[in-house]
Amino acid sequence: MARRYVGMAAAIVAAVSIATLAVAEDAERKGIAAPPGHVFKTIVSGYEFRSKETRALQDDDLENPGFLAVERAADVWKKVEGGEGKSCMSCHGEAETNMKGVGAAMPKWDDKLKKPVNLEQRINICRSEHMKAEPWKFKSRELTDMTTFVRYQSHGMPVAVKTDGPMSPWFERGKQIYYTRYGQLDLACESCHERNNGKFMRADFLSQGQTNGFPTYRLRDQRVVPLHERFEGCMFDVRAEPFKPLSDEFLALELYVAWRGIGLPVETPAVRN
Amino acid sequence: MADKPRIKLPKEAAKGEVIQIKTLVSHVMESGQRKDAQGKAIPRKIINKFACEFNGKPVFSCALEPAISANPYIQFDARIDEAGTFKFSWTDDDGTVITAEEKIALKA
Repeated sequence: MARRYVGMAAAIVAAVSIATLAVAEDAERKGIAAPPGHVFKTIVSGYEFRSKETRALQDDDLENPGFLAVERAADVWKKVEGGEGKSCMSCHGEAETNMKGVGAAMPKWDDKLKKPVNLEQRINICRSEHMKAEPWKFKSRELTDMTTFVRYQSHGMPVAVKTDGPMSPWFERGKQIYYTRYGQLDLACESCHERNNGKFMRADFLSQGQTNGFPTYRLRDQRVVPLHERFEGCMFDVRAEPFKPLSDEFLALELYVAWRGIGLPVETPAVRN
Repeated sequence: MADKPRIKLPKEAAKGEVIQIKTLVSHVMESGQRKDAQGKAIPRKIINKFACEFNGKPVFSCALEPAISANPYIQFDARIDEAGTFKFSWTDDDGTVITAEEKIALKA
């Protein structure tokens, strides 16, 4: 009998310590102050919602498997491809200096196309127009690697998208998508990432849905995942028919969601569940 | 085409010092348990052996199993008694071997 009580007591102690641990983790989440008129008081990176172990994996430049993608693309950056006999480097020079801040400001307005383009599209425009090479397919390892590499050059710099001028209708459209309920589960982005962020759901903490770490190494997929694929995944999970990657809808959403995380440091390549 | 593995160890160490070696290699580590869209089993393709030797003498080796996730990360310690070269090798199921070398010097 006595032994059983000891066991129970141990179980209770364990349960209490797990509960306090969860609270402690909650209180530790650090964010940055949001600009006036923002939806959040504090903008918190998805990093803060992850476990100690996942955060450690992201912080160590060697252990972080996202750097495999960065290194792969660093070689491709110098590789000559296409009819023009050019590499990325022929025009842009050293990525470390000349690509600084580029990724943090995407998506950006393109005067020629009269629409915003994101990093993946910009890379492919470069490939097809300036290099006369085949554009890479979305979700291909090459495109995701290069996106990660270019965005990594802005590592630690604040997300700084422009939402005024010609971007404003796109911003409004993104906002509308963010607050629209989709799918059989009838959920909007807002339902989870605004109203319920920080809560424990499906064995995980709901984050604010920030994009500062994308493309991000997902432990679940064991590879680097681009943002639009994550958007697709979210829509699939609410049993909606997802928009197409690189579609105008996702582009507007990317712009709007980037604004929701304005000022957060770029963490690419982040490590997430 | 195999990617270059990532290896981290100090450039130099004192005689008798125990150093930490970190390695990360890019690999799919396909378990052989999964099926593709047509329902056919995806054949197993993993790194089944990792070995490290220093100046020709084995330092550390291990067998890897299908449950190990993609891009295996291996960390171990080694005592440095002389300057020399670490040789690392990752052996794939298909027989290809990814190799890498790192030099270490003795602290004066």
